[in-house]
Amino acid sequence: MKIEGKKRFWQEYQKEIAADHYFFVRSCIRQSFFPGAERMFLKIMREDLGKDVYENPGHTTCTGIGYHTDIVPLETTMTVVARQFALMTEAGYKNYAASCITSFGLYSEILETWKHHPEIEAKTREHLKKATGREFRIPENIAHASDIMYKYRFEIAEKAKYRLVDKTTGKPLRVVEHIGCHYAKMFPHKGVGGAEYPHVLVGLTEALGGEIVDYPERRHCCGFGFRHYIVKINRGYSISCAKVKFDSMEPYKPDLILTNCPGCPYFMDRWQYAIGEMEGKTYGENGYGIPVFTYEELAALCLGYDPWEIGLQTHQVTPEPLLRKMGVHFDKDRKYLGVDGKEIGKPDKPRVLVVE
Amino acid sequence: MPDYYQMLKEDVRFEEGITACVNCGTCTAICPAAEFYNYDPRLIAETVQTGDNQKIYELLISDTIWYCGECMSCKTRCPRDNTPGLVIMALRHLAMKTGLFTASEKGRQQLVIKRSIGEWILKYGYCVYREELTMDDHPEQGPTWEWQNNHLTDLLQRLGIEYKANGPGVLRKIPEEALEEVRSIFRETGGMEFLENIEKCSAKKAKEMGLEFNERLNCEYMHDVYQTNGSHHTKKKQI
Repeated sequence: MKIEGKKRFWQEYQKEIAADHYFFVRSCIRQSFFPGAERMFLKIMREDLGKDVYENPGHTTCTGIGYHTDIVPLETTMTVVARQFALMTEAGYKNYAASCITSFGLYSEILETWKHHPEIEAKTREHLKKATGREFRIPENIAHASDIMYKYRFEIAEKAKYRLVDKTTGKPLRVVEHIGCHYAKMFPHKGVGGAEYPHVLVGLTEALGGEIVDYPERRHCCGFGFRHYIVKINRGYSISCAKVKFDSMEPYKPDLILTNCPGCPYFMDRWQYAIGEMEGKTYGENGYGIPVFTYEELAALCLGYDPWEIGLQTHQVTPEPLLRKMGVHFDKDRKYLGVDGKEIGKPDKPRVLVVE
Repeated sequence: MPDYYQMLKEDVRFEEGITACVNCGTCTAICPAAEFYNYDPRLIAETVQTGDNQKIYELLISDTIWYCGECMSCKTRCPRDNTPGLVIMALRHLAMKTGLFTASEKGRQQLVIKRSIGEWILKYGYCVYREELTMDDHPEQGPTWEWQNNHLTDLLQRLGIEYKANGPGVLRKIPEEALEEVRSIFRETGGMEFLENIEKCSAKKAKEMGLEFNERLNCEYMHDVYQTNGSHHTKKKQI
């Protein structure tokens, strides 16, 4: 088969992504570990793209991590999700936008379950009414936040101040994309490009001038494994999975790992530090790691937001080598400051991984 | 012996998770858990489709059903559209409901998850609550995280975020009325009872094992569950 043909496999899987007026729900993990990312998503949506995104402060966790660690029954999770749908319905919105991939996968699973088993949907409605007095309509459109960035990738690229291009050589920077397992592995038609050739981050990367690098373990899980990360004694599973990926991508010399799931960038960022401490091994050039970004961090960076306003200083793997390659203007002395230039100290240096 | 197979069939995830497995082993080839653990999703599918109650009981009391990471990679590539990961979820649910989860070392860890994720959901409205993640429990977080924790309010302000604020925003305080609705949902749907059952079964097991059991996170039983790691879980390196 011709390689050009292979590259078009993703086109079989297209999904409708709403154009405006989104009811936004946050991710527990993204807020905790990359707090600047979600803020950037909303800033880009509202200020750069002029879209209406509504957030109800009373929305909660979808219980997804509880569900996938098997301590929350399906009935309970479905009813908590139904409550989020009720908040959307009450606010007059029809398009649901989720920041979390575990949540996004769960919405797909629940809606499929209700489609095949209307009696389960009816039971959920009864539970929600009894527990909260609320009623809901099923969203007309459910998108993950990365789907929306994908939809507007060309608008973002048009406004971009920086591109994924090596400023010195003029060559595209090399990006490996990592898609959260629950984005499309369970329901391929719910993701742009399906499960085998997801296009959601490829599209964004290419629009911004970068080059996607294929590698053998591209579709391997990052290693969260829910209970395997949460219970400390099981955590060897998590770091082993991540190591499989790093070892596999290393020969292709990527400049950036781009992710759409809230957990994956966290694990792939922190495990690079831990592998350094444990085995003295690093995966970037000259003792650095490979920076791991979320889609909204990348979009914000290209749009010209200050790296320290985006929150790139909350990453353990230092982003500066990539910033320099892209020619991004940044003030290294302001990286670890608080608001209005307040001195708040600096983190200690890792033993092995080079951090600026 | 109760009819576990019948109970399993009542779970929609079992119904949706398996039709006829042809034992091709594609799921095992793709499974990250099978890379590291003594785990073979193909055998799970093979076992449950026999409908043999004794064999299903053996699964319910085993470590085997707790190795899957629920990444659901098995779903994508199964030529018969089966999902061993969903079958695992149904088996785990049944092991929890019947209390059989305390029979295995990995199953007993459910108490740790209940006392973290489970309680954070009800108390804060978040699955993961960053203040509860300590460096002792998470040394892999690294020095940057430690620095963030020591200066959290300042750092978040720099990012334009008001920590634990009322109203919308990153790391907002979830209103008490919303939390009460979530708790009410847990009571109405059996979620609360399910969590309480983890405590009840764990207390019973602690007694059987002669270990102290109370609500403290460092009681003897919790300590045992958190620290024990048998040598039988992982694969022997093949040469």
